[in-house]
Amino acid sequence: MSKLLIEGVSRTFAGVRGGQPVKALMPVDLTVAANDFITILGPSGCGKSTLLRIVAGLEAPSEGRVLLDGKAVTLPGPDRGMVFQSYTLFPWLTVAQNIAFGLRERGMAEKDRDGIVASYVDLVGLKGFENHWPKQLSGGMQQRTAIARALANDPEILLLDEPFGALDNQTRGLMQELLLGIWERRKKTVLFVTHDIEEAIFMASRVIVMSARPGRIKSDVAIDLPHPRHYTLKTSPEFSALKARLTEDIRIEAMRTAQAQPAEA
Amino acid sequence: MRPLHPVSPSIRTVLGISFFVLFIAFWAWITLGGHVNRIFLADPLSMLRDGWRLLVEDRFWLDILITIWRVFGGFLLASIVAVPIGIAMGAWKPVEAFLEPFVSFARYLPASAFIPLLILWAGIGELEKLLVIFVGSVFQIILIVAVKVGSTRRDLVEAAYTLGSSSNGIVKRVIMPANAPEIAETLRLVLGWAWTYVIVAELIGSSSGIGYMIINSQSRLATGQIIFGIIVIGLIGLLSDFAFKAFNRWLFPWSLA
Repeated sequence: MSKLLIEGVSRTFAGVRGGQPVKALMPVDLTVAANDFITILGPSGCGKSTLLRIVAGLEAPSEGRVLLDGKAVTLPGPDRGMVFQSYTLFPWLTVAQNIAFGLRERGMAEKDRDGIVASYVDLVGLKGFENHWPKQLSGGMQQRTAIARALANDPEILLLDEPFGALDNQTRGLMQELLLGIWERRKKTVLFVTHDIEEAIFMASRVIVMSARPGRIKSDVAIDLPHPRHYTLKTSPEFSALKARLTEDIRIEAMRTAQAQPAEA
Repeated sequence: MRPLHPVSPSIRTVLGISFFVLFIAFWAWITLGGHVNRIFLADPLSMLRDGWRLLVEDRFWLDILITIWRVFGGFLLASIVAVPIGIAMGAWKPVEAFLEPFVSFARYLPASAFIPLLILWAGIGELEKLLVIFVGSVFQIILIVAVKVGSTRRDLVEAAYTLGSSSNGIVKRVIMPANAPEIAETLRLVLGWAWTYVIVAELIGSSSGIGYMIINSQSRLATGQIIFGIIVIGLIGLLSDFAFKAFNRWLFPWSLA
């Protein structure tokens, strides 16, 4: 059963100072099944974030449409939770208040919120930090809070735009395991954008590889590695084979981007 | 001295105080040493003596209180009007397009030049003094608040939208709290300017206040009193600034944590 349907979605940006319009995204078709964990892998500037923002409703497609549970997406809404690459916790709210934000916007009473917030604080391992301000947290803790904030709203689909991109390598590995662990236990439809090949394979049940700008879907690779996945999986032969294949795919695209750069600048 | 190299707190204090000492020493040297005519500049000691006499015999503290009330009254009036307008301009672009050109123009109208008009309209009572400060502050606050609100972090607004906020919720629960500390900082800055407007207002058509005492002393060549009045203004300004800063810090612990 398909949860999310992306039909012929493309995006063209108007030309700057009378220049040619820039095609960021060629028409993309994608069907996402319920409870699938899909990673969208591509070189920077390939339009993968644009695609995610269109699904979130933060940008409008130039053509095509996005359907979530059969309903067309036009504006952002709480049914599509989003975690951004930049730290977007509200700095004036504590960790607990940040996680409760969506519930509060929905008009839920404080005593009903408390229990839900506590369970998500627990889920992302932030017990004892409920009353900290975001500024007092490390980058990894901030992104954990952001994930909890998005999940607490119980969205139909979770969208993540390179959520661990700003973190150091070790923290990033731990965050991958944490998020994957949550998904394995709770099941959720997830769309995860990244430029990191290892991350894309480790997290996904399906990797969508995108081409260099203008972005389009280059390949669609099912990842049948068993769950629950442990970090040691990253050094297994099956993993390495997948990595070799995707590295080849993405390398061609990265080279295309690099060659296109002087012309764009 | 290496560029941008920090200085230790104790040395910072010593350096800060030593300039005051040098300044007063220079003042004492040119006045007590007879290098300037004392009709034009009183020495530090007679300034203190004149100041004491003002406070004890002439009930100068009443003037001080009146001036403080005018500053805070006018400033509060301006804030109540300007902050909501500034937020509205920053948040809703049509409102900004409607008001911004006029406010930018009005900002350059000198408040002191309005005093003759304001006296015609409101007399020489308290209302006129409050209006001078109001005219001087209100457009400044509107513009600065509008700019701060207009530059609210877009990613926070987007995050709130994906969490289900309505447009109303964005303004009330994202734009306003996100900019509250900077708005408070703006108000602190403008309060400092209000102190200059109040003195100008009191120099013209007034019968009380620190400015009135200063202009009154001029006709009697009491330079000691004038300098004492100026120093009192400086001290009160400094104190209110400290208090405002402490209040902001207490109000917005998250912006400093």
